[in-house]
Amino acid sequence: MSESPVTVSIQSVSKRFGTVTAVDRVSLDIRQNEFFALLGPSGCGKTTLLRMLAGFETPDRGSILIDGQDMAEVPPNRRPVNMVFQSYAVFPHMSVFDNVAYGLRVAGTPSGEIGQRVRDALEMVRLSEQAERRPDQLSGGQRQRVALARALVKRPKVLLLDEPLSALDAKLREAMQLELVRLQHAVGITFVIVTHDQHEALSMANRIAVMEAGQVRQVDGPAQLYEFPNSRFVAGFIGKMNLFRARVIARHGTELKLDVEGLGRLTLPGQEPHSADSPGAAGPGAGPDPWDIDIAVRPEKIRIHRDEAPGGRISHHGRVSEVAYFGDTSHVYLRLDSGQSISANIRNVARTSRPSFRIGEALWCSWDAGDTLVLDR
Amino acid sequence: MTAPVRRPHGSPRNLIGPLDYTRRWWMRFLVAATFLALYAPILTLIAYSFNDSRRNIMWRGFTLKYYEKAWNNDSLIDAFVNSLSIAVFSTAVSTLLGVLVAIFLWRFKFPGKSAYEGFMVLPIVIPEICMGVAMMAFFARVGWPTNLTWPFNLGNIIIAHIAFSFPFVAVIVRARMVGFNRELEDAAKDLGASEWQTMRDVVLPYLKPGIVAGGLIAFTLSLDDFVITFFTAGPNTITLPVKIFSMVRFSVTPEVNAASTILIVITVIATVLAMRFQAPQDKQEG
Ligand SMILES: Nc1ncnc2c1ncn2[C@@H]1O[C@H](COP(=O)(O)OP(=O)(O)OP(=O)(O)O)[C@@H](O)[C@H]1O
Ligand SMILES: [Mg+2]
Repeated sequence: MSESPVTVSIQSVSKRFGTVTAVDRVSLDIRQNEFFALLGPSGCGKTTLLRMLAGFETPDRGSILIDGQDMAEVPPNRRPVNMVFQSYAVFPHMSVFDNVAYGLRVAGTPSGEIGQRVRDALEMVRLSEQAERRPDQLSGGQRQRVALARALVKRPKVLLLDEPLSALDAKLREAMQLELVRLQHAVGITFVIVTHDQHEALSMANRIAVMEAGQVRQVDGPAQLYEFPNSRFVAGFIGKMNLFRARVIARHGTELKLDVEGLGRLTLPGQEPHSADSPGAAGPGAGPDPWDIDIAVRPEKIRIHRDEAPGGRISHHGRVSEVAYFGDTSHVYLRLDSGQSISANIRNVARTSRPSFRIGEALWCSWDAGDTLVLDR
Repeated sequence: MTAPVRRPHGSPRNLIGPLDYTRRWWMRFLVAATFLALYAPILTLIAYSFNDSRRNIMWRGFTLKYYEKAWNNDSLIDAFVNSLSIAVFSTAVSTLLGVLVAIFLWRFKFPGKSAYEGFMVLPIVIPEICMGVAMMAFFARVGWPTNLTWPFNLGNIIIAHIAFSFPFVAVIVRARMVGFNRELEDAAKDLGASEWQTMRDVVLPYLKPGIVAGGLIAFTLSLDDFVITFFTAGPNTITLPVKIFSMVRFSVTPEVNAASTILIVITVIATVLAMRFQAPQDKQEG
């Protein structure tokens, strides 16, 4: 992980609206040049947290430091951050050029410099041709890029983006994801993006904070977050997951002996520790025996065979209950002999030799014991 | 629209789509009748202002002499000038006041806000005659001086007109405010604009069509108000509607028609100007 200095420091910040606690004791350090994502379900407080960084909401408790400076007394128009709003908020009565120039004009920048910087910014987002257009003559994606250029032209220390891609269709969204990453590399500004789309967060961000009900559940890089979620919530929220209730019945060093609902007795080797800056990093199964936990395994880690798997893998017998075809993958749902349901993703690697499973067919599924996650309840 | 779509089981009647109202004869008839009822009296009024006859009964040929006569009628011209001055002043003040009230109601929360919003529209719903009597009583009670020189002698009428027209402006501007995306305001501040710059550069341009419409309403309301003016006007502060009324009491001459026609023309011109002014603005909303 990079050792760049911290640009944004959020220190146990809380915000209540009436009886709703929108943001609950959140602490985060966002480093210089990072592409940082706030990810979570609707209403978990992402926008509120972002608006507190921009200065539109004031924290009830805690403090926010940007570049080492406490922002408590700094109004939104004096903060070294700029925001791309969810609705883009492009000024409808101004041309594209005037929209981008607005922030420089109110700052009293000399007009020669304004012209140059606006042209550069429009070039960067590939809107030079549309400079004289009115916002109503632009597509959604173009309007979004106007909002981006308008914020970037101010050369903020931090760029805040509130679900910038949610109004775009799937194809354009993918293109803009790449575009945003390219831009972030080009300008070297810290980006903080809010999203409820896990794929967006995983594909764009260096680090992701997963939020639930106003609290940060885990902060990690995309791969770490996907492969080593620290809670049932994070495991279920990011990607698909087979979750099983389990109970620790014995442990030998890091090895755990478990009684798993629907799977029976299992022995798991030691787990890799979670990254240090996540809450709940004490390590799973750290409580007294017997200890109720969850175990989890990703569908793509599960293989399906017609014969029993070779030793060393966790292996179970069942029947196909459903098959869903997604083009690149197929999801196969099995009902194990114990009645437990489990899903596996099969990659459709070749066009013709695609494995076909009939519903009701008897099969084996298996996975590596090391791919099994242990999660605290 | 060119070739009717034939549906296999539809009767010929069904060839007219549910929204093709204009293709039904009874609908056309209704539209024509409505327009006739609305505009026939006005067109007659205008036509007879050019009638070469002392009375509005028979058409005796075209003439402009009643316009000339109206032009030379000093008391009519005085009334006309009074009306315009009152309308201009009261429109300016009530537009300003209405916009301020609308922005205030939109921007701030304060105790009794909804009660105030309710009270604010009272002048719109109170019968005009009551407003008129109330105004007369009010000015009598405060001992408003009656011997001022022009244009100060119009002061009480202007105040009365502001009182009943600014709520219209406030209501119209407030309605426009509802559709305002508050993120626009945040965006301006985020880019470094102060409260005042945000107001000037973002909020007011957005409100412009509402302000123009409100101002236009205030102007026409003031220009043709009779009841309230009648109660507040002194002997030397006759307005055009009051003057026309007093002329009509003797007989409806083409001169009255001519004066009325001019009033109509002014109102129409003001409306057209206002629509011109706000039309391109509306297209720009994203
Ligand atoms: N101005 C406000 N007044 C009252 N409650 C608010 C306000 N803003 C947010 N809330 C509440 O705070 C909580 C968090 O809202 P927030 O907008 O931060 O969620 P979010 O994570 O951005 O959700 P979404 O993904 O739907 O945008 C919600 O329960 C919301 O109802
Ligand atoms: Mg939000």
